[in-house]
Amino acid sequence: MHDTIAAISTAQGVGAISIIRVSGPEAFNIVEKIFTNKNLKTAPTHTVHYGYIIDGKEKIDEVLVSKMCAPKTFTCEDIVEINAHGGIITTNKILELLLINGCRLAEPGEFTKRAFLNGRIDLTEAESIMDLIEAKTEDASKMALNGISGKVSNMIKDLREDLISIIANIEVNIDYPEYEDIEEMTIGKINDSLSKLKDKINKILKQSNTGELLKTGIKTVIVGRPNVGKSSILNCLVGEEKAIVTSVQGTTRDSVEASIVIDNIILNLIDTAGIRKTDDLVESIGVEKSLKLIDQADLILFVVNYNEKLTKEDRQIIEKLKNKNYITVINKTDLKKQIDDEKLQNKVYVSALKNENVENIGNEIKKLFNLEQIETSDLTYLTGARNKAILKQVLQGINDINEGIKNNIAIDMLEIDLRNIWNLLGQIIGEVYEEELLDELFSRFCVGK
Amino acid sequence: MIFMNYEIIVVGGGHAGCEAALAAARKGHKTLLVTGNINNIADMPCNPSIGGSAKGIVVREIDALGGEMGRNADKSLLQIKMLNGSKGPAVRALRAQADKITYPKNMLKTLKDTDNLEIKEALVEDLLIENKKIKGVILENGTKITSNIVILTTGTYMKADILVGSTRRREGPHGERPSNYLSDNLAKNGFKLIRLKTGTPQRIARDSIDFTKAKLEPGDKEIHTFSYDNKVYYDVNKQVPCHLIYTNENTHQIILDNLNKSSMYGGLDDIKGVGPRYCPSIEDKVVRFRDKEKHQLFLEPESIYYDDIYLQGFSTSMPYDVQEQMVHSLPGLENAKILKYAYAIEYDAIYPTQLKASLETKVIENLFTAGQINGTSGYEEAAGQGLIAGINASLKLEGKEPLVLKRNEAYIGVLIDDLITKGIKDPYRLLTSRAEYRLLLRHDNADLRLSEYGHQVGLINNEKYQILLKKKDDIKTLLEELKQIKITAKENDYLITLNTTPLNNGITLYDLIKRPEIDINKITKYLSNNYNKEVLEQVDIMIKYKGYIDKAIKEAEKMENLEKKKIPDNIDYDKIHNLASEARQKLKEVRPTSLAQALRISGVNPADISILMVYLKKEYRHE
Repeated sequence: MHDTIAAISTAQGVGAISIIRVSGPEAFNIVEKIFTNKNLKTAPTHTVHYGYIIDGKEKIDEVLVSKMCAPKTFTCEDIVEINAHGGIITTNKILELLLINGCRLAEPGEFTKRAFLNGRIDLTEAESIMDLIEAKTEDASKMALNGISGKVSNMIKDLREDLISIIANIEVNIDYPEYEDIEEMTIGKINDSLSKLKDKINKILKQSNTGELLKTGIKTVIVGRPNVGKSSILNCLVGEEKAIVTSVQGTTRDSVEASIVIDNIILNLIDTAGIRKTDDLVESIGVEKSLKLIDQADLILFVVNYNEKLTKEDRQIIEKLKNKNYITVINKTDLKKQIDDEKLQNKVYVSALKNENVENIGNEIKKLFNLEQIETSDLTYLTGARNKAILKQVLQGINDINEGIKNNIAIDMLEIDLRNIWNLLGQIIGEVYEEELLDELFSRFCVGK
Repeated sequence: MIFMNYEIIVVGGGHAGCEAALAAARKGHKTLLVTGNINNIADMPCNPSIGGSAKGIVVREIDALGGEMGRNADKSLLQIKMLNGSKGPAVRALRAQADKITYPKNMLKTLKDTDNLEIKEALVEDLLIENKKIKGVILENGTKITSNIVILTTGTYMKADILVGSTRRREGPHGERPSNYLSDNLAKNGFKLIRLKTGTPQRIARDSIDFTKAKLEPGDKEIHTFSYDNKVYYDVNKQVPCHLIYTNENTHQIILDNLNKSSMYGGLDDIKGVGPRYCPSIEDKVVRFRDKEKHQLFLEPESIYYDDIYLQGFSTSMPYDVQEQMVHSLPGLENAKILKYAYAIEYDAIYPTQLKASLETKVIENLFTAGQINGTSGYEEAAGQGLIAGINASLKLEGKEPLVLKRNEAYIGVLIDDLITKGIKDPYRLLTSRAEYRLLLRHDNADLRLSEYGHQVGLINNEKYQILLKKKDDIKTLLEELKQIKITAKENDYLITLNTTPLNNGITLYDLIKRPEIDINKITKYLSNNYNKEVLEQVDIMIKYKGYIDKAIKEAEKMENLEKKKIPDNIDYDKIHNLASEARQKLKEVRPTSLAQALRISGVNPADISILMVYLKKEYRHE
């Protein structure tokens, strides 16, 4: 038990509070890497800390972090529990960050197992713990089977196939250097293959994100200056035929408060407290607040007035929207055009008052998230923080190799990293077969005395 | 009739047997080496070659532990070269052509000169066993010789069958008599056996070959030695070359036309032996790689004392007349005279999961096995096991813990762990890809990895040990010096001649060496102490590849933690109900000694390990 494990320890659901538990010697170190509060390591045991989980500079979620030092914890090891509020995507993202920064995903029943091995749980419970591990492993393998579609599995298999042919070639060059008729693997070929690999993995990750968006909804916020018609737009979107799916009581902080469905896409609207009661509340959201909200959303509906020129505040918001998924909703087309809209992007022209063209917002969202060509039922996506973390580790591995190539590192050294990548990909599809490489080597190359 | 008592009897005088007997005798134990033919001691029945990728590193390891193979090879060189010299340091390895007359002769002399060691010419057909404990051996003529420990290194001799075309005859390599009953007797005592197969190509008369049609393959111009003694016995300018030729369409056509006559392709219908994947017959190569227009063959001299040229790459079990046609289709061999025909050989081995990491069998106490009997192939693999078996047999006599090399310490460790943990399907050969920590298991650092052990067990003498300590010390001093000495832009004129970017600011020599284009030998003028070549090379590698080496060390440490979690000998896997049935069956077969070893068994999953951990805690909490 020298490694540090992490897992989501609450049932997952949109809008619910979820707890991510980290246990092991590196728990404080790893969490501190992704937590804005940098005093976690030095803080006293059994204390709660407020801050943000961050990915580089990007804020992922506002959280409460509990620090508990060994041995007075569930597992008798150092434990951190992260209370997050953001629903499945955010929770998974936090878990993914933990995995990338050095945690290992806990095996089924592993927290309980550690509690037992460290003497926290009575010996009489040993049998039931073994039962639990067995049962959970079965569940997990069923989930793993369901969690990854045949298409993704095949995609990963193809990627591994490409890699193994390079690896086998390098190995055969090492073990049979006297064979002049065997091609020598070159940096050029490795580079080609790696850039293809990188593209494919990025594509899978993107689709995976899209898949999650479709499954769990897009965190959406409506922003704009006062009186551009934000509440009217919202009312149109929440109109009679577009029913409200859920309406979860807001937590102490901003969170998903209502979900609407447009063309089968779920939009989880945040910070729309009281929309049903007072239109004014939404409408009165000012620029300052808008700017804050933009950071928290996956999709921003930016509303401007067709009937006015862009103001300084509008431009402030536009500046903030750079690199974000947003749609510019140009409202009040029933009035005379005054707006200088040439430079605006992702434009939809609507009249909320007359309920004209509001449905185009849905189309624009599809375009934005590349959902147009994809049939929902046909979507190939990876689920789970583990797989995403693995793919990100693969990307990291590719970067390491590129770095090595730059530094003139010998091919057989690069091969060590290639093999790592190959093993990582094998973990996703649950295929790591010891003799695979040798089989490949001797079936592909004719060597031997 | 009962002969006198020995502490250790080694059965078999091949590469495993020689190392085992020497280690035991050098450690002061009264040892008997029994061999079928004293003239075949340390014989090389196949390639006239020692070393090669991974195998060359094994020879270095044997030398670092105090074994004989490296030194003996150095005394018998026809040519030697460093493989993969242009690649990274982890995959460099020496490969030598060794003289098939000189090598055995030198080894026999060493054996004869060793105190405590007697050699006896005889065939062992049975073992003396009482209560599952070895008591000695029984020879073919019924003579019993008693001993505390027996080490079996019988190679391919157990029930050896030579296969040529549609004929099978009970015979060992070189027409030697095989051992007909030993494997049956092992089976009677509870051993699970496996039938394996290997082969060897033709030997051709040197003066019947037209070498002008072949490409010359000389040795390196630089001097190499396997042994850390660094004693040079050969003349680097008078190395004997090998030659390279290729098969052609005609060769392939002859093979395809006669395929059904090959023992393996229908000539014999009772083949049980599994051949090595990495040593396919020429029939296999032609059939499996039909698209290939030609296959590479090497003409390797066997000795300067006789005429045989070994035709590497052409092993076959075709009948003699087809072999004639095949050989004569080769360029330069149109008029070749075949001195020995190629053959395949089938033999009994014991299934290696029945061994402990010490190479003592789990079935019979104080019985050790090493070499091809354990399902491996190759002289180096055999010698490595022989050395370990000899050391551990002695340690057992001395009441000490066995020497078990870890996977991150030696290729020999990888080899033995693979054998006892994963078992085999075909004869096992070491390949670099089998070593997950190969970056740590280099040609250059075998002494740093292993000579401490060699000294502990008493096979590395004080004089050599002092050399090792000095080397370790020098490495430390040099690293410190490099970190302290800074050079500045003043040196740019010189740096430019080394094709490296000039300096703007001061830089330590340590950081300078990180640059791939900087050779440590080119900056020794800045150092205040003198260091030998090996020390400089070691430090250069340590600095240049630090990132990769550190990563490998970290991975290895993770494994070592699991390695420390021991599984008691008496564990009853049937009592652990939650184990998956495949895992249970494999665990019962292999009986791993640690959780790390358990995890390496294919079919044992992390969940099974978890269950095992909980069970161990529950059952053995007081121990």
